[in-house]
Amino acid sequence: MNSNPSPTIDDVSSTSPLIKRLQRQPSSPRTLFNSFMTGLVFVCAACAIIPLFAVLWYVISQGGARLSTDLFTQLPPAANVLKGGGFGNAFIGTLTTVGIGSAIAIPCGILAAIFLSEFAKGTRLADWIGFLTNVLSGVPSIVVGVFAYSTVVLTTGGFSAVAGGFALAVLMLPIIVRTATEALALVPQESRQAAVGLGATRFQTVARVVLPAALPPILTGVMLAVARASGETAPLIFTALFKNFWADGVWEPTATLSVLVFNFATTPYKNQQELAAAGSLILVLMVLTASILSRLVVKRQ
Amino acid sequence: MATSTGVSTSTIISSKDANIYYGNFLAVRDVTIDIPKNSITAFIGPSGCGKSTVLRCFNRLNDLITSFKMRGSIHYHGQDLYSPEIDPVAVRRQIGMVFQKPNPFPKSIYDNIAFGPRLVKYRGNMDELVERSLRGAALWDEVKDKLRESGLALSGGQQQRLCIARAIAMQPDVILMDEPCAALDPISTLKVEDLLQELKEKYTIVIVTHNMQQASRASDYTAFFNVEQTERGRTGYIAECDRTEVIFQNPQQQATQAYVSGRFG
Repeated sequence: MNSNPSPTIDDVSSTSPLIKRLQRQPSSPRTLFNSFMTGLVFVCAACAIIPLFAVLWYVISQGGARLSTDLFTQLPPAANVLKGGGFGNAFIGTLTTVGIGSAIAIPCGILAAIFLSEFAKGTRLADWIGFLTNVLSGVPSIVVGVFAYSTVVLTTGGFSAVAGGFALAVLMLPIIVRTATEALALVPQESRQAAVGLGATRFQTVARVVLPAALPPILTGVMLAVARASGETAPLIFTALFKNFWADGVWEPTATLSVLVFNFATTPYKNQQELAAAGSLILVLMVLTASILSRLVVKRQ
Repeated sequence: MATSTGVSTSTIISSKDANIYYGNFLAVRDVTIDIPKNSITAFIGPSGCGKSTVLRCFNRLNDLITSFKMRGSIHYHGQDLYSPEIDPVAVRRQIGMVFQKPNPFPKSIYDNIAFGPRLVKYRGNMDELVERSLRGAALWDEVKDKLRESGLALSGGQQQRLCIARAIAMQPDVILMDEPCAALDPISTLKVEDLLQELKEKYTIVIVTHNMQQASRASDYTAFFNVEQTERGRTGYIAECDRTEVIFQNPQQQATQAYVSGRFG
């Protein structure tokens, strides 16, 4: 076929050095290194999710057998009770304290983010508040607990769900402020200009254009904060304390799941240890549900 | 203050010796121009000469920039737009704006149009106003069956006409357009230009454009902006302002001649 008259095709045999250079060489150092690194990043990615499944497996294997409605209707058993019991009071207590924390932190955090990104953007004040919020997010939760103890518990005269909720709010606040500020910054400047150009006031621009557009990522941040708060233990030990009975109100000491896990996991009794594992399982499930719900909300938008 | 002095009754916006600063930097100097009512005035000129800056002064959109300062005066119906008793929000409701990049809200087509009227708690029939505005922007026939769909699902040209419809829905007096066709293909551009001719029956239009043909085809008056290098930066100014045919066929200045014939810019 060398009689092919086409002058543009330079027909070189496949054994020529030029073509050899283009062929795959499975044993060259570059190929080997490439395969090795691909494998390495895959293993590292797997390592990142192994802890989650390990934790899930552990809490299910330890506490899965205790899953029943009893958990939510019964009170924690005393030390000498070898069978049965639940943590209905702690479950409701967790919902109460996290609810109080959310009621404080969500509106406060979102409004603070609106101030930082819409009204004071680029000013020195905004920079400082943003920086201090980051500092706050780094404060250990036990320190926040001590703070809530001295400001709320000591002044209101006792341990209470409100004091616990306050401590959780302090922990949730920086997460919400940071994620909401980032969410608002993602709203295109053109949207704001369009609204202002139509004669919207600043408030109308934020309330009707910017906030709706930023809502999905803000919700994600809120869910993150709620998940973090529902697992906190240290700040609740000082504030909500614990109680083996149903709470009489938000100004009374209140049982929470995380403190129940802390108390029961360290006892020598099998019944209590199982309940601690079941409590952990419920906590993980609560956080998982919150994450999945927020995902669904974001997807639907 | 409220009465115009020595201004022709057909002038709707009148700028006199306006100097526009960003901080200490003089961005545009000595802007003196009258915008005639029910006409299309085009701003042309090389990049960075302050066309958009001047346009944004007409509805006080520059107020959003903290370092912005204006010296001189801009009168609207004889009223000084920059006097302290003027509410910029109210000004923007009278003097609408269409931007370079189509910027519909991430809402339905209907809600995009109804956005402005809802701001002022419009009491009339909203469905009717939406239809009238969309017809006014020559978009009704294309979207009448999908008013509940997102405005972002439209093509670029349709989005820009949606933005024009949104501006019309406020029933403004003046519509400012900042390179409204810059992001559009030639067919959509022609549609918007045809639309401009219909719109000027009811509104006064000021349009910034980089497209010389557009200015010569669509506008009645043309202001040619130029820019000069000073020791403190580039300062824009209006080099020449006249009826469009004069600017394009018999300009008084060399620079205008050079620019409209495509020899610089």
